[in-house]
Amino acid sequence: MLVYIIRRLGQGALVVSVMASVVFLAMYAVGNPVDVLAPPDASDAEKLLIARELGLDKPLWDQFFVFIGNALHGDLGKSFVYNEPTLQLILQRLPATLELAVTALTLAIAIGIPLGLYAGLKSESWFSRIVMSGSILGFSLPNFWIGMMLILLFSVQLKWLPAGGRGETVNILGVPLSFLTWDGLRHLLLPALTMSIYKAALIVRLVRAATRETVMQEYVRFARAKGLSRQRIVLVHILKNIMLPVVTVIGLEFGAILAFAVVTESVFAYPGMGKLLIDSINHLDRPVVVAYLMFTAFLFVIINFVVDLIYAVIDPRVSLVEAKG
Amino acid sequence: MNKPLPAFSDRSEAPWRQHLARLLASPSAIIGLALLSVLLLLALLAPWVAPQNPYDLSQLDVMDGMLPPGESLTSGFTAWLGTDEQGRDMLSAIIYGMRISLGVGAVSVVFACMIGATVGVLAAYAGGKVDAIVMRIVDLQLSFPSILVALILLAVFGRGVDKVIVALVIVQWAYYARTVRGSALVERRREYIEAARCLALPKHRIVFRHLLPNCLPPLIVVATVQVAHAIALESTLSFLGVGVPVTEPSLGMLIANGYQYLLSGTYWMSTFPGIALVIAIVAINLVGDRLRDVLNPRLAH
Repeated sequence: MLVYIIRRLGQGALVVSVMASVVFLAMYAVGNPVDVLAPPDASDAEKLLIARELGLDKPLWDQFFVFIGNALHGDLGKSFVYNEPTLQLILQRLPATLELAVTALTLAIAIGIPLGLYAGLKSESWFSRIVMSGSILGFSLPNFWIGMMLILLFSVQLKWLPAGGRGETVNILGVPLSFLTWDGLRHLLLPALTMSIYKAALIVRLVRAATRETVMQEYVRFARAKGLSRQRIVLVHILKNIMLPVVTVIGLEFGAILAFAVVTESVFAYPGMGKLLIDSINHLDRPVVVAYLMFTAFLFVIINFVVDLIYAVIDPRVSLVEAKG
Repeated sequence: MNKPLPAFSDRSEAPWRQHLARLLASPSAIIGLALLSVLLLLALLAPWVAPQNPYDLSQLDVMDGMLPPGESLTSGFTAWLGTDEQGRDMLSAIIYGMRISLGVGAVSVVFACMIGATVGVLAAYAGGKVDAIVMRIVDLQLSFPSILVALILLAVFGRGVDKVIVALVIVQWAYYARTVRGSALVERRREYIEAARCLALPKHRIVFRHLLPNCLPPLIVVATVQVAHAIALESTLSFLGVGVPVTEPSLGMLIANGYQYLLSGTYWMSTFPGIALVIAIVAINLVGDRLRDVLNPRLAH
């Protein structure tokens, strides 16, 4: 087990460092941030000064080695625009994005699992057909457009909910959280709903397919023959066995939600990590882009790892140590 | 001789005909195909069916700007879907935008499919180290969401229709590689491959003429769904400002343009291109969903 964990973490570290190098070299090959950062009337001498301050006057390889050296000490550089350590910038915005992602995923599960279970158990009923057609619509709707339509309906027409921003936050253990205030919750609802629709559609289809396979299994028929109540069969025998693919997908989708936060946060002007990435790309704030991607790659490695661990806990047939290839 | 004879079937019809018949047995697939044909026709015939050439500035009049749906333009005809801030008829803009959206989706999928299928079938046939290395790369790539990878690629490349296509190919090839490899590993052990080997046919012939054609069904399913995915991805990238340039607006770009006027209640600039986009994606997904059932060997009998 320990060997397995060490090997996984080693692979993860390799992924993050390869990714960081590629992104660093690619980002540093395009554009000139000095043109973006310097005032429009700056002279060449002033521009040179800015370039020197940011270390941009050195050749690419020198910059790369400075970056690696600093990164090994846990220093991912300073933002060109905010002049703050990049990691700090990202961590400041992490709670907002995590809050959004968790809310969206909770909504998606709350919608997806009951509907999927129903559609799987009574696949011929008209309600199931509506659910299935709805799910096709659900994963056909582009994320950003759903967000805009929700804004149009609930903010512009009905004026029930705010169109953007994060709202009031309270500090819990130094972490600003908004879902504990009424204002924060109102700001959270639309973006979370936007992100959850696609995931809910996905979970519905997944749960339905898994349920249809499971009801035909011997143990379900046996449980029925034993005279167990329908409720117990569904909630214990079926639900438990379909959780395996569901947990995997939910885990992996959590990563995708974090990535898609880029889109949703842009639509709702929500001050999270994704918005930071888009702004940094537009301002050629290279250190932030590189640090963001390293951080995300790190998160993905952790998420994949945790999903595998949960896998082993839920399904005793899965053995991590032997699971190879 | 490229295909194994259907040993246990006494039907003389070609398999693709049976598939087609079963595809058309589903009403939702017919709706999808019909919608898709209409959209394709509109996109192909855009210069003839659109009321206006939205990019011919001489036809535009700023006086017509931001007209709500149903108002008449100074040039006479009615803008059923309203106009944008430059006095451009939204219906015409959508028809031209559909052209770019569908085009980018289709072209990127064709290239990604060719590259991915080739890599996948070669990896499966070669096996061993080559296979292991290729699949590691595929797994690695698929563990990152395509939107992030494409976003960074386009931040590096810059804007442009060709660049969007390249970025989409790079983020999508791995899906095909994995799909084809999966079915090629199964097909590789079948008798007809062994027979081809016994005939001492050249390797490339076995791989591309015998192995690959038999891996096509799952590939077609993935490719159909990926067209929808590619179109959605392109529109998202354009919305984020790293996709197609302003001079060649896709549906996503039109929606992005409407976003600026969203809060002022100018709903038509973002709503209608979005509906067009959703119709296109739903139509493709309806067909793909049915194709999955038709081509799935587990549900075939």
